[in-house]
Amino acid sequence: MMDKPFAITLDVGSSLANKTGAWRTKRPQYVDRLPPCNHACPAGENIQGWLFHAESGDYEAAWRVLTEDNPLPAIMGRVCYHPCATKCNRGELDEAVGINSVERFLGDEAIRRGWKLTPPKAESGKKVLVVGAGPSGLSAAYQLRRLGHEVTIMEAGPFAGGMMRFGIPKYRLPRDVLDAEVQRILDLGVKLELNAKVERIEETMKARGFDAAFLAVGAHIGKRAYIPAGEAARILDAVSVLRDMEGEAKPMLGRRVVVYGGGNTALDVARTAKRLGATDAIIVYRRTREKMPAHESELQEALEEGVLIKWLSTIKSVSGEATLTVEKMKLDEKGFPQPTGETETLEADSLVLALGQDVDLGLLEGVAGLEIKDGVVQVGPNMMTGRAGLFAGGDMVPSERTVTVGVGHGKKAARHIDAWLRGAAYAALPKHEVASFDKLNTWYYADAPKTVRPQLELARRTSTFDEVVQGLDETTALFEARRCLSCGNCFECDNCYGVCPDNAVIKLGPGKRFEFNLDYCKGCGVCETECPCGAIKMVPEET
Amino acid sequence: MEQTIKYYQTGTFTVGNRLLAEDQRTVQADMHRTNSLNSGHRACQGCGEALGARYAIDAAMRATGNKLICVNATGCLEVFSTPYPETSWQVPWIHSLFGNAAAVASGIAAAQRALGREDVRVIAQGGDGGTTDIGFGCLSGMFERNDDVLYICYDNEAYMNTGVQRSSATPPAARTATTPAVGPVPGNVFGTGKNVPLIAMAHRIPYVATASVSNLRDLEAKVTHAMSIRGARYIHIFVPCPLGWGSASEETILIARLAVESGLFPLFEAHHGKVTARGRIRRQVPVTEYLKRQKRFAHLFGNVPDLARIAQLQQMADQNIVDFRLTEDDPPPAPSQGRGNDVSLPLGGGPGRGST
Repeated sequence: MMDKPFAITLDVGSSLANKTGAWRTKRPQYVDRLPPCNHACPAGENIQGWLFHAESGDYEAAWRVLTEDNPLPAIMGRVCYHPCATKCNRGELDEAVGINSVERFLGDEAIRRGWKLTPPKAESGKKVLVVGAGPSGLSAAYQLRRLGHEVTIMEAGPFAGGMMRFGIPKYRLPRDVLDAEVQRILDLGVKLELNAKVERIEETMKARGFDAAFLAVGAHIGKRAYIPAGEAARILDAVSVLRDMEGEAKPMLGRRVVVYGGGNTALDVARTAKRLGATDAIIVYRRTREKMPAHESELQEALEEGVLIKWLSTIKSVSGEATLTVEKMKLDEKGFPQPTGETETLEADSLVLALGQDVDLGLLEGVAGLEIKDGVVQVGPNMMTGRAGLFAGGDMVPSERTVTVGVGHGKKAARHIDAWLRGAAYAALPKHEVASFDKLNTWYYADAPKTVRPQLELARRTSTFDEVVQGLDETTALFEARRCLSCGNCFECDNCYGVCPDNAVIKLGPGKRFEFNLDYCKGCGVCETECPCGAIKMVPEET
Repeated sequence: MEQTIKYYQTGTFTVGNRLLAEDQRTVQADMHRTNSLNSGHRACQGCGEALGARYAIDAAMRATGNKLICVNATGCLEVFSTPYPETSWQVPWIHSLFGNAAAVASGIAAAQRALGREDVRVIAQGGDGGTTDIGFGCLSGMFERNDDVLYICYDNEAYMNTGVQRSSATPPAARTATTPAVGPVPGNVFGTGKNVPLIAMAHRIPYVATASVSNLRDLEAKVTHAMSIRGARYIHIFVPCPLGWGSASEETILIARLAVESGLFPLFEAHHGKVTARGRIRRQVPVTEYLKRQKRFAHLFGNVPDLARIAQLQQMADQNIVDFRLTEDDPPPAPSQGRGNDVSLPLGGGPGRGST
């Protein structure tokens, strides 16, 4: 007896005999497009990929996808200037997803729960030297170790972290967070030698038998500018001030502190001065707010804390102990500041120069084939210098000089070093087409405003070094993760399966996505139009 | 109607949502949905009616534990699904004439009652031609006798199967084979047509609702609710027709959505002749957004746009928004039970009619 539906008595032919797929002139295809956040991430994180797991509350899986590319999420969630959020498609809908705050939540959760990084599957027998334990060096060491290489980091300073420790104040990056994430990399078997300055790289490599080296010594020498000044003038450089903050003797800046420069370091010093008890922290910057290289969020926080900024001003001279002569500038047609001859004086107990940093290239002396330009080492697209087997990254090569760029350099260099050690060339997979806003059908996304991270109350934060920006709790992190539009990547919303007038979409089950049944798909394209995230593309049928 | 679920990427707007519990997902998201109208049917690419019929009948199948008999009026839905000897229906299904679907369904309901089979439920379905014109007498009779039938009208606003002739559900200004876009007043004339949901309400039957293929959750909720009620029920589903409307096949759902969001097709529910709930417009759009995507309205957007008639169509939408309070937040009062006299019908408006 046939298994007939209720009340059916006669055998009838099914329309399944009629293969309507023959009508089709276009066929739908599932695609994975590149989400703009992933595209913008200097560390090459698969952001949409880890948010996908965070959305379902599987934070460990999210953290594991994240740490494939970046071993420092808790740090990143605090110090990254999140170019991902700037490119986030949700920004065109309401507000960008707070990717950075979810990243921080995952990083903190990993530390709290003691999640460990995945150890290498097998040992390669190759020895790689990493010079410098900053973000770039740590990232490279992590990736190289995961590929099975024996990695030694030689760090000139007394602690690991590089500029994350000696350049970024505690109120932005608490040291226990830094220590925890560094330790997790060391737990993989990466050797760290502290107070171990590499004087000559060629000698060290030869003496210790390293097969390759990755240099990431950073840029630690504060740039000076010639300012006529009396003997008694107290002029410091920003890098030294921030480095001294890590020692026992805090720098003596006085009650009125003037900082010269317009980058993030200038803001860090001014905010640090406030916390050390300065009544006035004044930044003198020669251009306008729009031209300032410092990031808007940091500027905003500094202004809220009472840091004053003199725009379009340069420091001409320092007389006596405490009097600065400041000259007003104006922008010319090309946007460059030009002197006006108009001056004013400013009382200051100290002047801190935050005019950028240079790289100490001493260790490269005697290395053949290197190219140094503008004080930084030139590298090829594979991060290798002119000397075979010697790679470099981070602040010592031409770059934007952020922690995230450094991490990205480390990862990229590690892949090329690994290939080079095997006598091969690393070829990155071709990038997918970017999932731009016009590829989305935003009708389907629920309206949800962004969760803004709580900030320390003003009075408390200007007098202490407590962390200013606090993290999200679980509920808000989950909310934030679920604001992700999953641009260009199927998140199994079932829309294609539901909207097909011909039942020509086969649902394969949770985590398995869908398949088109081309026997019946007429190629109407409703699935493509109604796909919220742009993961379906109609392509012409070949005749 | 729609449940509000916060904190989810897509809330309840998409067909499914992996973050929702199984029982909170739509019938259409189910891997084992009935597919009452199966693949291989001969509807055009992007057919709104095929989609609407599967949505509605799958939901009714789940609501009745698959104990359902469907009666079909003549029309596209009947023709494209059952060319002899094939059928796309995975449900007991009968077709008799163009105009008698409601009467046949009344008879089947009576037969079930005579057999004492209260578990077997009956749905009659047809297009707007078979419902608002040819089958209207039988439909009204089914309503006034309060027969235990859910009648579903799939409204694509003309006789599509026979070549796009005007029906009493064709909107003003629309071009059809019998209302060509020629002369001083091209397309269908203003001030004609009938609004069957409001007429059904005037019969004070237990339940009347409008739905759209663009609002799946809402549609399923209405069908499910209708199957929980005994007596005559009527659901009027808006189903774009790419062929007859001259719209792109991939825009079927988009166009249905624009009809709802512009106010031209108000979503509402009525119990015993009184409106008890209405769908709130989420992102309001001018009617031109809806009209300009369809060739049947192309004459309004020629070298000299017909601003006067566009304004008249906008006026229809605006009147619906006022009558059905489509942009207001406050929920309407709870449905009154029983066939009371406290009926307040919105005047004019609704699908298919413009003021003169």
